Amino acid sequence: MGILEVKDVGKRFGGLQALSDVNLSVKENSVHAIIGPNGAGKSTLLNCLVGKLIPDTGSVMFDGQSVLGRTPYEINQMGISRVFQTPEIFGDLTVMENMMIPCFAKRDGAFRMHAIENMMAEKDIVEKAEAMLVDMNMADKKDMHSASMSRGDKRRLEIGMCLAQEPRLLLLDEPTAGMARADTNNTIDLLKQISDEREITIAIIEHDMHVVFSLANRITVLAQGTPLVEDDPENIRGNPKVREAYLGETA
Amino acid sequence: MLGLNKKDTSLMIVVAILALFAPFILNPFPEGSAMAQFNAGYPDLMQRFVIFGIFAIGFNILFGLTGYLSFGHAAFLGIGSYSVVWMYKLLDYNVIWGLPLAIITSGLFALLIGYVSLRRSGIYFSILTLAFAQMSFNLAYSVLTPITNGETGLQVYTDDAQVLLGANEATSPHLFGIVMNSSAKLDLGPWSFTFNNGYYFCAIILLLVFYLAIRIFRSPFGMMLRAIKSNQTRLNYTGLNPRPYALAAFVISGMYAGLAGGLMAAMDPLAGAERMQWTASGEVVLMTILGGTGTLIGPVLGAGFIKYFENIFSKINDNILHQWFAFLPDGLEDFVVFIIHPFIGKGWHLTLGILFMLVVIFLPGGLVEGGQRIKRALSRKKDADAAKTEPAE
Repeated sequence: MGILEVKDVGKRFGGLQALSDVNLSVKENSVHAIIGPNGAGKSTLLNCLVGKLIPDTGSVMFDGQSVLGRTPYEINQMGISRVFQTPEIFGDLTVMENMMIPCFAKRDGAFRMHAIENMMAEKDIVEKAEAMLVDMNMADKKDMHSASMSRGDKRRLEIGMCLAQEPRLLLLDEPTAGMARADTNNTIDLLKQISDEREITIAIIEHDMHVVFSLANRITVLAQGTPLVEDDPENIRGNPKVREAYLGETA
Repeated sequence: MLGLNKKDTSLMIVVAILALFAPFILNPFPEGSAMAQFNAGYPDLMQRFVIFGIFAIGFNILFGLTGYLSFGHAAFLGIGSYSVVWMYKLLDYNVIWGLPLAIITSGLFALLIGYVSLRRSGIYFSILTLAFAQMSFNLAYSVLTPITNGETGLQVYTDDAQVLLGANEATSPHLFGIVMNSSAKLDLGPWSFTFNNGYYFCAIILLLVFYLAIRIFRSPFGMMLRAIKSNQTRLNYTGLNPRPYALAAFVISGMYAGLAGGLMAAMDPLAGAERMQWTASGEVVLMTILGGTGTLIGPVLGAGFIKYFENIFSKINDNILHQWFAFLPDGLEDFVVFIIHPFIGKGWHLTLGILFMLVVIFLPGGLVEGGQRIKRALSRKKDADAAKTEPAE
């Protein structure tokens, strides 16, 4: 049994069968990549996992509990954090404040009325956020307006914010899309370091094969809404079916 | 001090000094001089500065922090006023009964209206709040006449119960015998200063709620509200539920509005439905934007600015203009008065509209941004001066 079990999931948008019979098992503490050509249903699948979409059929179990019918914040509180394709951070807030919010969410749950306390007097939160910024190599940017950072830094901050919640499963949606080579390599190193140092499962949707083969220890190939193969990276590389899905029959 | 950092403490002290010495600060021109009509240091106007300041501070907790633009806050203002007048009618003229009730009832109404309206965001939220406020206005104006006394407005009559009214008790609003509309006068040479009980009562409450607003701004709750404005998607995917946070902000700002409405009735024992009209809701939006959305002091400045123009500009008439421009040749004098005429008296809205447009276009951060720019320009000048005095290399 994996930490995330997707069984027979199907999703239809009008006349388009976006997903059909998707079965997927993500093992604990692994790095599982989901790859596939454009329109294969990768993002739809991801949205079904985090509560943004509800699949028409099938089940999604996280750690033995169903995530279906729960709102995104409830699923997040169960231990699934998500990194977006374009970094979603609190642009109007400072880097430190950005980092403090997930720390509060971890400690106090989905809602707590603490309107009179001074937020800087919450020692445990401040310490945790500062430590996390040091881990992310961003301690010097603490008081910066987060919207004014580079894209690579925003991505780093977003990953750090997800980690501050101590999730058991980290979902990444094309984390290196639109990044320069150097930034891509930095992100790969960061993710490697995270999976080595922390007790965490990572599921990653990615286009860039360089990223996939440097990180993943298990790969699922999705084509036309349904999984083609699930195997170890070595076997995926030479698989003729995968080549066909990516490059077309004539290749 | 009091759990505030250095910057907030000094802001608090500045506001306290301004509020407590307002009778002096707002009366800079000697009595009887030509400029005396620009004096704003009379009780009625000072009370309005402070009450609308409280209203705007509360509105800013919702609009400035979460970005939810409510167009119906005047409803809570009216509810606060009615609560206080009802306490006059049932108990006695002591404001101690009515004000807490004003805060509670407006809080309950805010809970109801906020719960429904916050299901939508953006323009739909604004329209929902506007609809609720207009409904409240129409209910107060006609349907609920037994409670609100309709278009006459709610007031105290001699045959009202007033069960706690003592034999020697004042027959106008008071706080344990301190009568709101009584004043002390101080004449210093040609100057005359008025110290009004009601004003000081409102000013002390302003300082309390301003302090509370600073605490809210600096709290984890305040940070969550700013996070709602910044990125609701991220907030949702960070395990936080934005709706109760926004609702709490809505209720708090509704309670501020209720308190402001209650204070209006505490200064003048009347409550009318027109207080709930949409123009009053729009006015507080103007005040907040004019002063500086999301800043602590901005809404208070905006409230003061608008109320000053409303009361001072609307009092200038053609006769006064003719006096001012008497030095010009006759034809020219008439021409100048003709040009200025639409902007004064009843036309003060035109002046306000132009000022508002200028502020929004050139100072998007409101008066607070203006102040910051002046400060920066001054410090740059100082730096430049300092650099000049250094010997050249």
